[in-house]
Amino acid sequence: MIRENQRRFQFDWTIIVIYLLLVAFGYLNIMSASHTGEVTNYFDTSELYGKQIAFIGISFVLIILILSVEAKFYERFASVIYVVAILSLIGLFIFGKDVNGARSWYGIGSMTIQPSEFAKFAAALAVAKYISDIETNMKTIESQLKAVALIVFPSILILLQNDAGSTLVYASFFFVFYREGLQQVYLIIAISLVALAVLSLKFGIVITLLIAAVIVFSIYFFRRKKRASLIQSITILIVCTVFAYGVKLFYEHGLKEHQQNRISIWLRLEKDPEKLERMKKVEAYNLIQSEQAIGSGGTFGKGFMQGTRTTGKFVPEQDTDYIFSTVGEEWGFLGSSAVIILFVILIARVLYLSENQKSQFSRVYGYAVAAILFIHFTINIGMVMGLVPTVGIPLPFFSYGGSGLLGFTILLFIFIKLDSNKINEW
Amino acid sequence: MRKLLLLSMVVLVGLMFIGRLFYLQIYNSKAYDIFEDNAIRTVYTYPKRGYVYDRNGELLVANKPSYDVMVIPREVEPLDTLEFCSLLKITKEKFIETYKKARNYSPRLPYVFLSNLSKEDYAVLQEKMRKYDGFYIQKRSIRTYQKSIGANVLGDIGEVNQAILNKQPYYTKGDLIGKQGVEITYEETLRGVKGIRFIQKDRFNRDIGAFEYGRNDIPTEPGKDITITIDSKLQEYGELLMKNKRGGIVAIEPSTGEILAMISGPSYDPNLLVGRNRSKNFNKLYNDSLAQPLFDRGLQAMYPPGSPFKTINALIGLQEGVVTTDDRFSCAMGYRYGNRKMGCHAHRSPVNMNLGIYESCNAYFANVYRRIMDKYDTAAQGMDNWSKHVKSFGLGNYLNNDLSVGQPGKIPNVETYNRAYGENKWYTTFTISNAIGQGEVLTTPIQLANMSATIANRGFYYTPHIIKKIESDTIPSKFTTPNYTTIDKQHFEPVVEGMFDVYNKGTAKSVQVSGIEICGKTGTAENYAIIEGKKTQLTDHSIFVAFAPKDNPKIAIAVFIENGYFGSRFAGKMASLMIEKYLKNDITRVDLETWILKHTLEHEYEKPYSGEPFGINRQTTLEVIDDKEFEELIALKAKIDAK
Repeated sequence: MIRENQRRFQFDWTIIVIYLLLVAFGYLNIMSASHTGEVTNYFDTSELYGKQIAFIGISFVLIILILSVEAKFYERFASVIYVVAILSLIGLFIFGKDVNGARSWYGIGSMTIQPSEFAKFAAALAVAKYISDIETNMKTIESQLKAVALIVFPSILILLQNDAGSTLVYASFFFVFYREGLQQVYLIIAISLVALAVLSLKFGIVITLLIAAVIVFSIYFFRRKKRASLIQSITILIVCTVFAYGVKLFYEHGLKEHQQNRISIWLRLEKDPEKLERMKKVEAYNLIQSEQAIGSGGTFGKGFMQGTRTTGKFVPEQDTDYIFSTVGEEWGFLGSSAVIILFVILIARVLYLSENQKSQFSRVYGYAVAAILFIHFTINIGMVMGLVPTVGIPLPFFSYGGSGLLGFTILLFIFIKLDSNKINEW
Repeated sequence: MRKLLLLSMVVLVGLMFIGRLFYLQIYNSKAYDIFEDNAIRTVYTYPKRGYVYDRNGELLVANKPSYDVMVIPREVEPLDTLEFCSLLKITKEKFIETYKKARNYSPRLPYVFLSNLSKEDYAVLQEKMRKYDGFYIQKRSIRTYQKSIGANVLGDIGEVNQAILNKQPYYTKGDLIGKQGVEITYEETLRGVKGIRFIQKDRFNRDIGAFEYGRNDIPTEPGKDITITIDSKLQEYGELLMKNKRGGIVAIEPSTGEILAMISGPSYDPNLLVGRNRSKNFNKLYNDSLAQPLFDRGLQAMYPPGSPFKTINALIGLQEGVVTTDDRFSCAMGYRYGNRKMGCHAHRSPVNMNLGIYESCNAYFANVYRRIMDKYDTAAQGMDNWSKHVKSFGLGNYLNNDLSVGQPGKIPNVETYNRAYGENKWYTTFTISNAIGQGEVLTTPIQLANMSATIANRGFYYTPHIIKKIESDTIPSKFTTPNYTTIDKQHFEPVVEGMFDVYNKGTAKSVQVSGIEICGKTGTAENYAIIEGKKTQLTDHSIFVAFAPKDNPKIAIAVFIENGYFGSRFAGKMASLMIEKYLKNDITRVDLETWILKHTLEHEYEKPYSGEPFGINRQTTLEVIDDKEFEELIALKAKIDAK
């Protein structure tokens, strides 16, 4: 009996407390960013913050459900959950509803549900299930391809619904695969390609290729013992050249104009002052407003509900993707840093617990949770502060939105449940 | 290694974010200023500026509407510049220059593009302004002067300058502020408080309501009307008498310290400093370095007081007990000390106090002065004591009143002579000129008028002031508390008698006014100017100090006429006329009046700069204005009399 009780409360309270803090603070900022007129009733469901309170309530119910279900359930039913998620994504093409050009929602009455938010934990479960299978060996190409297929499938569906941001989230699984045995060379290739792409856009192809050539040939000359052949080096350079031109071509012709402009703003590529002026009013508008709102907060912020830019709704989408600019304006450097530190502790804690899991399923799943949170955190806050090109994805637990909040809650609490069960694993 | 990749990236990203936040919020961010916040529109409401009335309730300064073209550079769209310039009647260069200035000031704050449109221009522009985005017409209220008098007293208002903008956050660019006279000393009373409303804007620059429910708004408070102590009729009359002369007249009511008139010649029409031509006219007045119309001679000009100062030495002598009214001193055309001589004019001898005052005997006062000094063992102690007595008359220091300008004058003390000769190396004879108001003594006309008022009051004065009443407020108590001199009351009677005899049988006999018992004292002050690098003596200043009636005085006056020669020649006549005008409102000495109006000193002022040799004092001649000008003055006089 005593052991039973102990086990029941063996949840990781650090994570739970951080979760509650983030959700509560998020709610306050949504109130600031969305209220119209004076706030008299915190539960007014005609206002966004009232709705968010309802979502928080539903989340708490879900948390109790998740924690009461037997931990083994998630491993056993991972495939089923995955299939349901995929089906719900496919169903969008038939029953979905267009919002802002993306077909990502089901409409039920006045409510909308965004299945891609739920597909994340489903994919995480499926990947964990697949990798923890004794027949899987992530060092083999076959397993690697199968694992990648598990995430490519939902991400293509999401991309087809015109939600490029959510697609990008699936890149986070790269960290999971790497942890579970993906060869180092992939990491090097990934970093090289990103560097190649950024450099060739920023400094032009010729300079970039010169840099690449210097690096490749120095490796060729200095690694005498395991010297790669000259042909290999030249091949690498040719690939680099092709890739660099590919990036340029894709940037110039493959991207939609607004996507191209976002990258141009991020890398400060535009030289034509007139076009720059135009971009400032369109693509860079959110960013400029957001940076000004954050900057105007100063050290201590203007205080809750006192942000002039927030009240004036200067930053578009401030209650969803740009919620962090509210924090910046009203809570200042101290409040914003606190939020960042909370996220870092949360992700680090999930990683730490994952490494201590006895079952591989739990470990992989935990890793996926950390990686997904990390990508959201990095891209969202990076975008709001102008460090990352504009990509529309929400800040976990913070941004307004029922599907998002519920999706992240499920994602996190399944891990808490798995973690609480580790003493039963042998 | 594999285990640490994600963890280290999380920590790295976290640090980068905090670094970026530090850059955005602390390093790169200015202290929050609601006026700089582009989410807040600031709307100012300017209250009516208070009116100014004279002591009899006559309106002197009121307001009238004026129209300014304003620009908000950020909202300006490309426009037909040529058409716009021709509408505003400005050149294209001026347009570009002003626009640049406005942009540099702030792209989003209103800037006065063109001020004070005429009514006709306004009527035309009003219709067409809508075509030009970012430009609009703002109505403001500017001053209008009901009479063309008292420019030095009333002052003017103009756009606030950068130095004040930096110091006083109340003002914003383009605000009007008092620049001279009562407009500057009673600026806060007259201006009221401008209202500020903060309006929350959305990102489309639309107003979405009061910012924070109007919690930070500042309500408008109207400016208060003030009544000043000036008698506008006396002021106007004084300015008429001052025509073609330079100098200052200050008249004070002894029983209150109220300034009845404050004339500075040459003067100008205060309406010159209103409206579009303000800066042009101001520069013209400002750059007139010879006549200096902006220099208020009644308040700022420091001259040696000359003989009127003798009355103070008489009082100190009596107070110190070193002389009685009956003590006699002989005078043989002057006073000898050592091998030097202080000259005097022909009169009876020996001289007692009464005679000394009304004949203005230099020898008499030299003797009195010596006795005052020699009462003590050392010259320093005597000087120290004398200086304290003199200063108790409000001389040698700022009067601490409510006038925008002033000068302290100068009363020497021990320090003065220690610096000049060295400690213990000087004697009473070194300072003997102080006995007759020359030497190191300097006073301003208002200080002399106040001295006269103090004698009229027999021993005390109220700080001379210009404010009589503030709407729903009281005037500062320092103007209603008497300041006592160090001289006992009983010592004043003989001096007052002496001054009375100046009129009866002394140096001012010729300017008597029948029916008014006037006490006065003539004065003549030597003076010098630097002309082409050479210190040159000019004709003496004509000085007169008076009060009347002898008992229960109503007016105390000091008149200074630059280079007018001896005291009764110009100043005495003018003082008598002013007193008669104030007390009787009618002039019986029409002969004096005509004489003053007719005579000019302009030639006297031009002479030194003509480059030709010239004579002073006895060698000067009197000159009259031509008949046409005289008729104009007579017409002006008739207008004043008619009121």
